[in-house]
Amino acid sequence: MTEALNVMLLLFLIVCAVCVARIRDMLSAVILFASFGLIMAIIWQQLSAPDVAMVEAAIGTGVTTLLLVAAISKTRRTE
Amino acid sequence: MEDQITRLTSRLVVPFIQVYGIYIILHGHLSPGGGFSGGAIFGASLVLMALAFNLSAGVKQISHQSASLMESGGALGYALVGLIALLWGGNYLANRAASFPLGRAGELFSGGAIPVITVFVGMKVASTMVTLFYNLIEGEAKVGDPEKPGA
Repeated sequence: MTEALNVMLLLFLIVCAVCVARIRDMLSAVILFASFGLIMAIIWQQLSAPDVAMVEAAIGTGVTTLLLVAAISKTRRTE
Repeated sequence: MEDQITRLTSRLVVPFIQVYGIYIILHGHLSPGGGFSGGAIFGASLVLMALAFNLSAGVKQISHQSASLMESGGALGYALVGLIALLWGGNYLANRAASFPLGRAGELFSGGAIPVITVFVGMKVASTMVTLFYNLIEGEAKVGDPEKPGA
């Protein structure tokens, strides 16, 4: 059961990473990167590293997204 | 950014995020997490406030200058706790050797200097988040002007 969940999470993580690298719209890339961080946080929790999961959820999903959106609003949106 | 849903949701959620951040900071020596995790969560809540409303509402919560002051104060407090240990006869940042009161293991007020240090680290990290966001949003990164960090 847990293995199936882990495999699904890892597959979703790979899909997110490839999409972040390939997509042309910067805002979509940032949103995809946030979902990458969220999945990564759940995976850290599955790997029994709860404090890393907390930091990943707060920084990788929250603050990084906010800073990147602020950077996009200062620059261009398309690549 | 005048979105009713964003404003209402963040107004409801921000107190819970802040209480959770403070809880993680204060229980840093007992449970997973600590100064860095809790400070990141607390700082993210302040940034969310400034982003969901506008910059002046965020500045009303914590201004750029006081965020910079808190950032420096956190590092200074950390160093001072280490120096107090030095003063009381241990090494720098010593805990039991410097006769900090340890308490019973597992209680909230235990661990000697560790909770104090954790609180200072949380202060530093939270205000660093806010300062980063303000620097980016205001668009005037003060490179080479360390005398006036929040001017």
